[in-house]
Amino acid sequence: MRSPVARGEEAQAPPRPPAARRPWWRSRAAKGAAYASPAAAFVVMFFVVPLLLVGRMSASEWPLLQGDQGTNFPDNFDGMTDDRLFWPAVGFTLKYTVIVVAILLVLAMIMALIVQERRPGVTFFRTAYFLPVALGLASASLLFWGFFSPSIGPIDPILRDLGLIDGNIRWIGTPNMALLSTIALVVWKFAGFFMIILLVGLQSIPTEVYEAARIDGANRVQTFFRVTLPLLRPSLALVLILSITGSLLAFDQFFILTNGGPDNSTVTVVMLIYREAFQRFDLGTAAALSVVVLVVLLVVNIVQFRFLRRGTD
Amino acid sequence: MRLQHTLGRTPYYVVAGGLAIMFLVPLVWTTVASVSPHSATAQQVGYGLGNYRTLWDYDAGLLQYLWNSTFVSVLTVALTLGLSLLGGYAFGRFRFLGRDVLFLLIIAILMVPYVTLLVPLWVLFGDLGLRNSLFGLSLVLTLYQLPFAMFMMRISFEAVPKEIEESALVDGCGTFGVLRRIMVRAVWPGMLTVGLFAFLHGWNDFIAPLFLINDSATYPLPLAIATLRQQTMGAVDFGATQAGVVVMALPCLFLFLVLQRYYVRGFMSGALKG
Repeated sequence: MRSPVARGEEAQAPPRPPAARRPWWRSRAAKGAAYASPAAAFVVMFFVVPLLLVGRMSASEWPLLQGDQGTNFPDNFDGMTDDRLFWPAVGFTLKYTVIVVAILLVLAMIMALIVQERRPGVTFFRTAYFLPVALGLASASLLFWGFFSPSIGPIDPILRDLGLIDGNIRWIGTPNMALLSTIALVVWKFAGFFMIILLVGLQSIPTEVYEAARIDGANRVQTFFRVTLPLLRPSLALVLILSITGSLLAFDQFFILTNGGPDNSTVTVVMLIYREAFQRFDLGTAAALSVVVLVVLLVVNIVQFRFLRRGTD
Repeated sequence: MRLQHTLGRTPYYVVAGGLAIMFLVPLVWTTVASVSPHSATAQQVGYGLGNYRTLWDYDAGLLQYLWNSTFVSVLTVALTLGLSLLGGYAFGRFRFLGRDVLFLLIIAILMVPYVTLLVPLWVLFGDLGLRNSLFGLSLVLTLYQLPFAMFMMRISFEAVPKEIEESALVDGCGTFGVLRRIMVRAVWPGMLTVGLFAFLHGWNDFIAPLFLINDSATYPLPLAIATLRQQTMGAVDFGATQAGVVVMALPCLFLFLVLQRYYVRGFMSGALKG
């Protein structure tokens, strides 16, 4: 209910003289739209148009060099699974995602707990954990490509000197080792990134909550599982969304470190797209794969956002 | 009591220190390996810069690749800052038709995998003459920085008190004068964060140039170094590769250490939460 006094004030406000009205193009709304227009034009040109184009390409016969050869829907989608690497790549990408996400989540949590303590030396630890984040994924992959090489890798000589091994460990020579070595590289590169997200989440938990838990007689382990983890749920969900999305789209690390080998055992889905486009010269199938990846990722993210929502309500 | 206290601290430092070593060893190793003697590299005897000399003379020359990467990164920073400064001003301080739709559309870029756009962009850029062009590459890199940049600049502009803007408008400033004289001073920490993210992305990205650049003299550094190692089959140059890793890492580590505060700001803002 509005009070009569307020209505009285409203009535006293002087009506706007018509002469003061500006033409529409000088209005504040028009100016705002003008400031947003470069971004709008950019997004339409380089986001909306390519998105429409990839849809059309996925429904067309589109060799790399000849270009558009007309609609052939749904041949590209049907033909996707003809590639004998398709299902192995899907399976491998999922396997990689599950392992990497699990390791990253646990390790980043431990690291965040370590660096949120107020102890001497903690700044050093935080910087040390965080440094690999500055490197590009390609640089990090090239680094580990040398690190794991039989030629200049540092681990084999040390193990040989200790008498633990003869010869060399095949760091990327077998399918399982190639997967494990790549996981080591990815964890090294990204653990600090997710640590910071969790650290920001930890620091936003009010200290009163911990005091209350202490007064109620909770020990450290109980406090962590009953108080910290539930309150950290939004940050944990963010870590999950980012790490799952990133892992499902894995490319650089495998392209550089294993090149899909040995015996195509580490080919990921995004690598399939690259191969279709630039080694089999079939942009139509590459586009169809891209559309499928987009749809799968949208579904995964919608499911995860639901999870995130429920966590914060 | 004192002993117990010390004992309680020891496991912490063992775990924390062990992890620190794990994260530092590869960085230290690559630096040392790039100058160490090894039969598989150009540095045969004693420590020295042999690998860096190989790198210097590789194909189009290190200087060319440094220039390519710098050009792409700086242009990406400039384009990202330009679009997000004007756009953030619009989203943060104005109401206009289509405002929410446009903002959602920009955030939606995050939902679309890089590779899904690279396939059509390869075709589109062919028509526009932007394929094989560092300018075209910067446009793509800018596109992927826009969601974060726009969010960051929008909340930066929204945080500026209304009174400052109004008093300037009363003093006869136009909206652009307000932006140039007053707003820029208030939102520069946000701009620094956006610029840092854009630079690191432009400097480090691998998959966009892999798709869009096919002339080896136009390669940015990561692509050039990745090609260098597989240049001659059988004679892989591990040493020059690690020298390349060091060259690529140095500017990033430097900027990162100097601007760490602004990097972490990107996480604090919640901008990454979309």
